[in-house]
Amino acid sequence: MTIGLTHYLVVAAVLFAAGLFTMMTKRNAIGILIGVELVLNSANVNLVAFDRYLGPGRLDGQITALFVIVLAAAEAALAVGICINVYKNLSTVDVDTATRLQG
Amino acid sequence: MRTFCPSQCDQSVERKRYDRRPLASARGSDRRRCPLLAACIATWLGFSSTVVWASLPTDMAQSTKAAAPGGLLEAFLFYTVAGGVVLSALGVCIAKNIVRMAVWLFAGLGSVAMLYFLLAANFLGAIQLIIYAGGTLVLLVFGVMLTSKSPWVRFDPPKVELIAAAVVCLALVVSLCTVLARTVWSSAEGIVPGATVAAFGERLLTTYLVPFEVAGVLLMIVMVGAAHLARQEE
Repeated sequence: MTIGLTHYLVVAAVLFAAGLFTMMTKRNAIGILIGVELVLNSANVNLVAFDRYLGPGRLDGQITALFVIVLAAAEAALAVGICINVYKNLSTVDVDTATRLQG
Repeated sequence: MRTFCPSQCDQSVERKRYDRRPLASARGSDRRRCPLLAACIATWLGFSSTVVWASLPTDMAQSTKAAAPGGLLEAFLFYTVAGGVVLSALGVCIAKNIVRMAVWLFAGLGSVAMLYFLLAANFLGAIQLIIYAGGTLVLLVFGVMLTSKSPWVRFDPPKVELIAAAVVCLALVVSLCTVLARTVWSSAEGIVPGATVAAFGERLLTTYLVPFEVAGVLLMIVMVGAAHLARQEE
């Protein structure tokens, strides 16, 4: 019943797949953003688990995870701003209707 | 000044009623179920956080091997929290409603914070709760409120896409798990420091000083950029 590195990595894999599924199937731009957050979280779980089991006390993984959290917050702020602009112009956030830049 | 015309008014009222009917029924059912879901998630989060906190060593300064490896308690905690993570991730996938997706994401972020606590990353768990669950999620919910006429709007993808995405994701999970099961990690048996905050700050201001400062500049740029993007048009 020893909980090892593999257990955490399996949880992160499931989280990643769930995020990928969300990104692939949702049409709402905010829904896609939620999928991205799930994927980033799975990467963070991997980082912290590797930090705990392969290099305990060195904190490299944890600090990288901290930077990922900071970048995720910045990305969410910008993406929500873009979504609001898209909604102003098209009055919907359905990603299939935002085709003005298509060649 | 608008002129009053009874026939037009009746028409508009009639149209409004007709438009509202399907929406009202959907809204009603969601209103009934959303508090139940939120209550379940809150109860679960409270339960798991209590158990995790109760199991943490009282003297955090003393280094521990994370509740003694091989301990039954650790296994129980891990499976409880991991079950919560997987359940809420699946909830995000399956939920059609964007508000409900946000609620499930909240549960997932909380469960991932519990995983961090189990991995002896106390500071990161707190940061996860504060920034992700407290900041990013609120931002997303505000985004939902600002970008839809009704928060209960749904965009349903075609069934073919759903099946294709499910096949791809299942294949990904299966292949990743196969690889993980075959890999043997050279586990470094070291002492896990219980309280990492002081060491965390020291590393952040010595080895990782340049990325730290760059992240600060980036946050400022993003703040200005987001305010510019979301400003009111004159």
